[in-house]
Amino acid sequence: MFFTSYEFIGFFCLLIAVYYLIPKKYQWILLLAAGYVFYCAADPRYLIYLLAVTFLTYLGALYLEKSFAAQRAYLKENGQQMDREAKKAYRALRGKKRRRVFVLILVIVLCILASGKYVNFLISNLNGILHVFGSEGRLSFVNMLFPLGISFYTFQALGYLVDVYHESVPAEKNFFRYALFVSFFPQMIQGPISRFGDLSQTLWKEHAFQGENLKNGLLRMLWGYFKKMVVADRVLIAVKLLVGQPQVYRGAYTMVIILFYTVQLYADFTGGIDITLGIAQTLGIELKENFIRPYFSKSLKEYWRRWHITMGTWFRDYVFYPVSVSGVMQKISKVTKKTLGDRAGKRLPVYLASFLVWLATGIWHGASWNFVVWGLLNWAVLMVSEELEPAYAKFHARFAVAGRWYYKLFQVGRTFALVSVLKLFDCYTEASTAFRMLGSVFGADNWGIFVDGSLLQLGLSAADYGVLALGILLMLAVSLAGRRESVRSKIGRMRYPVQAAVWFGLFLAVLLFGTYGIGYDASQFIYNRF
Amino acid sequence: MKAKRKTRVARVLITGILILAVLAGLQRLLMPKYMGADREGSMISEYYPQDKDHDVIFIGDCEVYTNFSPAVLWEEYGINSYIRGSAQQLIWQSYYLAEETFTYEKPKVLVFNVLSMEYNEPQRESYNRMTLDGMRWSPAKVKSILASMTEEESFLEYVFPILRYHDRWSQLTGDDFTYFWKKDKVSFNGYYMRVDALAAENVPEGRPLGDYRFGENAYAYLDKLTQLCEKEGVELVLIKAPSLYPYWYEEWDLQIEEYAREHGLKYYNLLDAAEEIGLDYRTDTYDGGLHLNLSGAEKLTRYFGNILQTECGLESRKEETKLAEQWETKLKEYREEIRRQTQELENSRTTGR
Repeated sequence: MFFTSYEFIGFFCLLIAVYYLIPKKYQWILLLAAGYVFYCAADPRYLIYLLAVTFLTYLGALYLEKSFAAQRAYLKENGQQMDREAKKAYRALRGKKRRRVFVLILVIVLCILASGKYVNFLISNLNGILHVFGSEGRLSFVNMLFPLGISFYTFQALGYLVDVYHESVPAEKNFFRYALFVSFFPQMIQGPISRFGDLSQTLWKEHAFQGENLKNGLLRMLWGYFKKMVVADRVLIAVKLLVGQPQVYRGAYTMVIILFYTVQLYADFTGGIDITLGIAQTLGIELKENFIRPYFSKSLKEYWRRWHITMGTWFRDYVFYPVSVSGVMQKISKVTKKTLGDRAGKRLPVYLASFLVWLATGIWHGASWNFVVWGLLNWAVLMVSEELEPAYAKFHARFAVAGRWYYKLFQVGRTFALVSVLKLFDCYTEASTAFRMLGSVFGADNWGIFVDGSLLQLGLSAADYGVLALGILLMLAVSLAGRRESVRSKIGRMRYPVQAAVWFGLFLAVLLFGTYGIGYDASQFIYNRF
Repeated sequence: MKAKRKTRVARVLITGILILAVLAGLQRLLMPKYMGADREGSMISEYYPQDKDHDVIFIGDCEVYTNFSPAVLWEEYGINSYIRGSAQQLIWQSYYLAEETFTYEKPKVLVFNVLSMEYNEPQRESYNRMTLDGMRWSPAKVKSILASMTEEESFLEYVFPILRYHDRWSQLTGDDFTYFWKKDKVSFNGYYMRVDALAAENVPEGRPLGDYRFGENAYAYLDKLTQLCEKEGVELVLIKAPSLYPYWYEEWDLQIEEYAREHGLKYYNLLDAAEEIGLDYRTDTYDGGLHLNLSGAEKLTRYFGNILQTECGLESRKEETKLAEQWETKLKEYREEIRRQTQELENSRTTGR
């Protein structure tokens, strides 16, 4: 039951009606049931993964909480008879036990994630190694389930476990309430990745019907559907064809692929998140924003603060910070300081932690080497930018262009180009193909495709290109208009006929220009598969 | 306060009505008009404005709507008939069309062309649409849709066809606007006329099949059709029209013969009677043997009219003034169409196009 299916529209309408009709104290139970029905509709077997992740993290958090409580009670009762060293030793002992349980659960949950996502990746790499060593034997691939959105809810649950481990949030005693946190259906399959502290209370709260929430939520959903069905799925037709035949579509076509895929990914992912946030808003629940006009970023660093924000902050808080302050990193820092100086000593742990983050980010995106390469290329660009920072500063001081509109435009264009080129590694499952495609641009002799009608042979008619162009312009206009205040708020203040025209116009655009129904492949959201 | 609420309600109502009107208009505009190449798609809906007092109703695929001419049945035998045929009409669609027809009228004879027994499962969406979109909403239509849908189809798209045809916005032609309100009549009591000829040459033999037995689903609907006719007091007559292709296997024929014998039904394999009918496949088909042209259809109808009269006991109703008057008008239109098509054919021969 994808967001774009008729079944989902029916499911949502029914849910909203029942949600506001039943006594408010039961609303969260309805949401829990809805989450499981929604997930079960995709494939009932997926529930095994969801339940396993939920149970393990729930029990683990309870254990951690109990351990902390027992430690506090013990120290309260016996603290006065203990000296500082004894207390420290007691805390360390308790801490060690907690860490063991924490790590055990972490590993099991990551294994669950890996079993659904990475087993065949591992097997293919092992086969590669066997081949290198001249072995004839090959391990067979296993037919594993790959549950929708497993990375999202697993990360959300792990974030909770880490938060409880660090005593940032208390463990939730009620299993069902916790289960709702993991399975809140709008965000379960493509994020945003919420924090327990942010989401839990608003999920369980009683929500009175508010017309404004419903109106704004529905408008946001409609906008999401526009991006997904009118733009993303339309350009997908050409992207599929182009990416499917790299031996044919190369040279100048690489530029087309880069541009089309950039548009597709943006419209698909931000559209999906708009639908998610819109659904949550109609239910009176506020989720974190996942995008802040990312293609207006002036550097790659800024881009990653504005694109898939909740994933970025998750990796920052749960991987980068813990790794960069870990004992190993401290040691590395010390050694580097001694041998290479202070600056290197400070930077090396940061770069290594970043390396791990980007390696993990790449693997999180997909079980293949292209994603690993993509992640590491992002890391490399970020590190080089960091190293070049003094040079940039000198340049800015010398030419005084910083802050000028044309320089900002250049920076935005440069970042857009860079991000788009990097996305090529997201397109092709073989990283080598992506490199080859990039290489084919140099010395390409087929630049005529932009004028000789070749672009009309990609499954898109001239009318389709017209719709695409209008859709992209509209997305750009909405992004520009929403710099200070959301466009929805602006529309909300308009006169009734104008508001009605905007609503109906958007609805008609989705209805008429949406790529759905017979003749179009029902396309799930790109991020559902992560 | 009250006035404000009233204004708000009025505003919402007006907006709602406007939106519905625009959506209804768009739906009408975007739906295929079937006035050009696929005119057969218009035929199912042409039944409804008729006076429903027919002696014979034909149901089935193109082998009924191209091969029988109700005008000849009237002219020569005084039999009032109608063809509820459509392209690749599947047996469950024929069944539900019969069920629907019987809510309007009780003909004496229902003629069913058995070629569709070869299909046991839904086939193609485009053909489904040609049969189902033209039906008026009724329980029979709902059941027919549910029985006919392929995996890619959705019931909702039959209820709101705009969901199916939304992407026709880029293929709209002048016809979509010309026939927005009213469409031309394309059939003559369900008969699709073609006067041109294309000789049947090199008709392929049927390739051997793994299993010649008709499917369970097809048999189930044939049973239902038999029971329905029995219940309604309508005589069910099974036929196999004399089209050379798609190939009609001997094994299939034997199964139908056996079924007819077991259920006390009449079955006529008109393919075997081609010589007796006087069909000349060099001149009596418009597409190399798949469908008969006007000449072939008139020969076949004369032959079959005799069967209906002698073996089914249908009597001439030419004495019924009102009916005769109606047919007079229809025959005039029929002859006019023959004249028009013949002229057009002559012109194209002369100009070589």
